[in-house]
Amino acid sequence: MTELLLARAQMAMLFAFHILFAVAGMGMPVLMVVAEAAYRKTGKPVYQELAKRWARGTGVLFAVGAVSGTVLSFELGLLWPRFMEFSGGIIGLPFALEGFAFFAEAIFLGIYLYGWDKVSPLLHLLSGVAVAIGGILSGIFVVTANAWMNSPTGFSLVDGKPVDISPLAAMLNPAWKTETAHMTLAAFAASGFAVAGIHAFMLLRDRENLFHRRALAIALGVGGVAAILLPVSGDFNARFIARHQPAKLAAMEGQFRTERAAPLRIGGIPDVDSQTTRWAIEIPRALSLLAFHDPDAEVKGLSAFPRDEWPNPVPVHLAFQLMVASGATMSVLALLSALFAWRRREWLYRRRFLIAVAACGPLGILSVEAGWVVTELGRQPWVIHGVMRTADAVTTVGGLAIPFAFFSLLYLALGVSAAWLLKREVSASPAFPLDGGGGSEPG
Amino acid sequence: MLYALLGGADFGGGIWDLLARGPRADAQRQLIARAIGPVWETNHIWLIVAIVILFTGFPSAFAAISTALFVPMTLLLAGIVLRGAAFAFHAYHLHEDHGAGRWGTLFAGASLVTPVLLGVMIGALSSGRIPADPLTFTGDTASWLAPFPLSVGLLTLSAFSYLAAVYLIMETDDPDLRSDFRSRALWAAAAVALLSVFVPVIAASGAPDFHKALTESDWFVSVMMFYATAALGACVSLALCAYRIARICAAAQVVLILLGWGLAQFPFLARPAITFSSSASAPSTLRLLLLFLAAGAVLLFPAIFLLMRIFKREALSGRYRETP
Repeated sequence: MTELLLARAQMAMLFAFHILFAVAGMGMPVLMVVAEAAYRKTGKPVYQELAKRWARGTGVLFAVGAVSGTVLSFELGLLWPRFMEFSGGIIGLPFALEGFAFFAEAIFLGIYLYGWDKVSPLLHLLSGVAVAIGGILSGIFVVTANAWMNSPTGFSLVDGKPVDISPLAAMLNPAWKTETAHMTLAAFAASGFAVAGIHAFMLLRDRENLFHRRALAIALGVGGVAAILLPVSGDFNARFIARHQPAKLAAMEGQFRTERAAPLRIGGIPDVDSQTTRWAIEIPRALSLLAFHDPDAEVKGLSAFPRDEWPNPVPVHLAFQLMVASGATMSVLALLSALFAWRRREWLYRRRFLIAVAACGPLGILSVEAGWVVTELGRQPWVIHGVMRTADAVTTVGGLAIPFAFFSLLYLALGVSAAWLLKREVSASPAFPLDGGGGSEPG
Repeated sequence: MLYALLGGADFGGGIWDLLARGPRADAQRQLIARAIGPVWETNHIWLIVAIVILFTGFPSAFAAISTALFVPMTLLLAGIVLRGAAFAFHAYHLHEDHGAGRWGTLFAGASLVTPVLLGVMIGALSSGRIPADPLTFTGDTASWLAPFPLSVGLLTLSAFSYLAAVYLIMETDDPDLRSDFRSRALWAAAAVALLSVFVPVIAASGAPDFHKALTESDWFVSVMMFYATAALGACVSLALCAYRIARICAAAQVVLILLGWGLAQFPFLARPAITFSSSASAPSTLRLLLLFLAAGAVLLFPAIFLLMRIFKREALSGRYRETP
C-alpha cells in the first residue's frame, strides 16, 4: 500500500470507530432524559432504574467517544497537515464550538451520573437535557465542518492560498443544513434501534419484565420517529448532491452515461471497465424524479467528468444501497410499531415482533457507517471538493503502517473492552414484575 | 493582547490538566479515583480546546509541529487514549473486587508516560529545530530525541506528580493516607527542584536561543525569586502540615515554571522560525475565535462552578464525608 492509502485507511478506521460512539453520544442522552421525565411524571421506579442504567451506558460510550474524538483532532494534523494548514483558519471554528458543546455535555453528564441524590430533581432532569443538547450540538458542529469539505465556501483562492476568509460564511455553507439534519436523525435512529434491539432480545428471554417493556417502548419511540423522518432528510440531501456534487451522485447511483429520464438502479454492481452497472433492478425515470423532482431531468453520469476526478463507484454505490435498504427496513418497522402501539399494544411484545426488532437492532449503526462511506468516498479524489486533492493533503512523514497497525490494535482492545462492559451491564438486568405496575422495588 | 488572551486560555487549560493528570496510582487508588471521577472528563476536554485553538488560530504552526513531532505526538495520543479509557473502565469497576486491577495498572503506566511525552514536545518546541515548512521535513528526530527535551519531559512528570500529591492530601481525612501523600509530595518537590536547576543548564547547549532569551531577560531574576519563595513555602508548609498553604504554593510554583517558559519562548510558537504572528490565521478568524472562546467561557464557567460545588465541596473545606 502507498503511504496515501495507509493514511486514508488509518483515518477511515479511526472515524469508523469514533462514529459509533459519537452517534451514541447524540442519541443515548435523549433516551435517558425521556426515561427520567417519565419517572418524574409518574413516580414509577422502573423509569428511574431505566434512566440510571441508560446513563451508565452513556457514560461508558461517552468516555470512549471522548478519547477517540481527541485522537481524531490530533490525527487531522498528523496525517493531513496540509489540509489543516489550508482549512484550519477557515473551518476550525466549528471545532471550537464543538469543543464547548462537548465540554457542556461532559460537565452535565458528570452531574447526571453522580448527582442522583446530590441535586434537586428539577436540576437533575435539566442536567440530562443539557447533556442531550450538548451531544446534538457537538454532532451538528462537526458535521458542519464535513459539509464544508463537500461544499467549500467562505474564502477565495489566490495562488493556491485562501484569502478573504469569512469563517461564518464557511460554516453556513450550502450543505450544512441538509447534512446535519440527516446525521442527527440517523444518530437518533441508530441509538434507538440498537437499544430497542437489545431490550427486545432480553424480552425474548424474560417476556414479563416490565423494565425491558418500558425500555423497548421508549427506544422504539425515539428511534422510530427518527427512522420515519430519515427518508425526508435523505431526499433533501440527494437533491443537494445532485446539484452540487454530480460526480458523487453518479457514483452513488452507478450512473455512467449522462442521460435524461434516468432510471433508478436498485442493487447491482458498477463495472468501471465497461462503464455499466450490472444486475441492477432499474425503475424507469425514477432517478430523475428523485434527484430533481422532474421525471425528464438530465442526470450527469461519471463519463461527464475527467477520469481522474471520479470517485470509485463500486464501494460508493454498494454502501449507498446498503444505507437505503437499512433505512427503509427501519422505516417499515417504525410504521408497524406505531400501528401496533395505536391499535393493539400487546402485539408489540409478541415473539415474532420482538425477533424482528432484535434483528433490526444493528441496522441503524450499519446505515450510519454506510452513509459515511458514501459521503467520504463519494467526495474523492478531493479532500476539499474542487479545491484540494486528498493526495496533496497527506503528510510527508513515512512509515505510516506502524501507527495504523498500532491504533487498529489499540481500538480493537478498546472496542472489545467497551462491548464487554456494556454486555455485563445489559445481562445484569433488574426484574420488575408486570403485575406490580412498576411500583415495586427492584428484586 | 490577542495572543495574551489566547495564551491565557491555553494556560488555564494547562492548569486544569495538571489537576487531573498527575497521579501515579501506586496506592490509594480508591482515593484517587474518587477524587478524579466526577471531574475527569471535564479536565480532559481542556486538551481538546487547546488543540482546537492551535489549529484554528495558528494552522501553519499546527501543520509544522504535527509533522516534525509526528512520533512523540502519536505516542502522546496513545498515552491519552490508554489513560482515559483505562481510567473510565477502572472507575467503573471500583465497586467490585476483581477486574479493577488490570485497568489500574494500565492507568498508572499511561499516566507515567503521557506527561513525559507532553514535556518532550514542549522542550522540542523550544529547542530551535522545528522546520517551519512541513514539506521540508526529512524524518529528523533530533528535535525531540535529545537531552534537553527529555529533561523537560522529566520535569513535567515530576511537576505533575508533585501537584497531584499535594492536592490529594486534602481529598482525605485519614491521617495515614495524608502522611503517605505528604511524604510523596516532599519527594516530588525535591525532584522538581533538582530538575528546575538542571533543565536550564542543559538548555545552554540543547536550546541555545531559548536559553539566551531566558537568562538574559530582565524578568528572569524576579521570576526565579518568586519561584524559590513558592518552593520554599510549599516545603515548609508541607513540613508543618499546613496543607492549604502548601496547595497554593505548589500551584504557584508550577504556574511560575509555565510563566518562565512562556515568556522565554514568546514570540515563538516553535523555534526557530514559527512565531505567533507568522502562523496566525486571518484577523476575521481570530476575532471570531476569541468571541466564541469568551462566549463559551461565559456559558461554561457557571457550569464548571456548579460541578465543583456539588462534588468538591468536602475536599475544599478540608473535610471528607465517607460515601456509603
